[in-house]
Amino acid sequence: MKIIGLIITVVTGALLIYAAADFPAWSDPASPASTYLSPHFIEKTMEETSVPNIVTAVLADYRGFDTMFETTVIFSAGVVCFFLLRISRREEEEPETRYYRHVLTGVTIQLKEGYKMPPSADFERIDAVWTPPDLIIKTGCRILIPFVQLFALYVIAHGHHSPGGGFQGGVILGASVILLAISHDLRTAVRRMSEKLIGILCAVGVFIYAGTGALCLLLKQNFLDYSALAGVLHVDPITARSHGILIVEIGVGIAVLATMIWIYNNISSAGRYRQGL
Amino acid sequence: MTDLISMVVAKYNYWIYITLMMIGLYAMIAKNNLVKKIVGMNIFQTAIILFYVSIGVKKGATIPILEHGHGPNAHHVVHAVDYINPLPHVLMLTAIVVGVATLGVALALAIRIYNNYNTLEEDEILAQVREK
Repeated sequence: MKIIGLIITVVTGALLIYAAADFPAWSDPASPASTYLSPHFIEKTMEETSVPNIVTAVLADYRGFDTMFETTVIFSAGVVCFFLLRISRREEEEPETRYYRHVLTGVTIQLKEGYKMPPSADFERIDAVWTPPDLIIKTGCRILIPFVQLFALYVIAHGHHSPGGGFQGGVILGASVILLAISHDLRTAVRRMSEKLIGILCAVGVFIYAGTGALCLLLKQNFLDYSALAGVLHVDPITARSHGILIVEIGVGIAVLATMIWIYNNISSAGRYRQGL
Repeated sequence: MTDLISMVVAKYNYWIYITLMMIGLYAMIAKNNLVKKIVGMNIFQTAIILFYVSIGVKKGATIPILEHGHGPNAHHVVHAVDYINPLPHVLMLTAIVVGVATLGVALALAIRIYNNYNTLEEDEILAQVREK
């Protein structure tokens, strides 16, 4: 198998290198890729959408249909991870003894024979193999997380004028919650953002995107033609396209945020939602 | 000889992407461990991203964000030569996030396989499948 694989890769590589001789030279302004469609995008984006960041305008407006289905792909990836890995509470045999830790004093109590602690803020449930998180890491992450989230919101909101947008900002937001799960434990992160909330957010993100498109359809324009929103937002059609892009990017951000956390939660704990990493 | 060198220098981006892509392809075909196959798939994706981004480059051009894009003089004349091609960047922006999502699904499948067969080595899994 190794020899066959080596032969296949060497032959394919040789063919591709042979074909590369016909490709346009590196950084050639007259290459076919930069002559047909891209000059229109570069020269007309400002007139047509009033968004200086061409990448954002092309992503959410000119190629909005493509991006909508990319968001759907991400949504389905999150759902697939959930269906493949999540072990439901009924299947999973609950441990006989439960451990609860008093948050202030660190005293751990053990309840046998399936007794449960009434929900209270003083005690948190822990696993049998629980190790206390390191104080320096815990404090450092606690200081860091709000700033990471603030930066993520900036990246989403400022995507029209600087590199950024829904995908990047959503990933940074998701990373901040994953950082919480790594620095503390998975239970802490799930308490902050429950599984139900993540599932709803995932769907809400895709709904905002598709709903904006459908709203344009109801206002007698094409699907995802944001200039139809001019009447609703009380602005001229070109500014309406800019605002429509922002609404859609927020939807993308929410969907990506929820999916990243969902995938991490399911994979790191193999669907059990216990200790995690 | 000088012809060959000038040809390689003019198109070195394609050489790098082909090398990376073949490393990924070889890992996907020949490696026995499923996680190593997934890593190979990711190297393959990275090669495609490199290929697309290198296509968008123009000599003497800057990033595709219009300068002086707001204020009273926002609607000035823009020349396509001054900005690199935005289209490959758009395609790869979504491809990166979708790559992360497919990586998640691949790892989830690997976890399920490990739970069933207690191994991630392909030949051991195949032997267990044939026994049944």
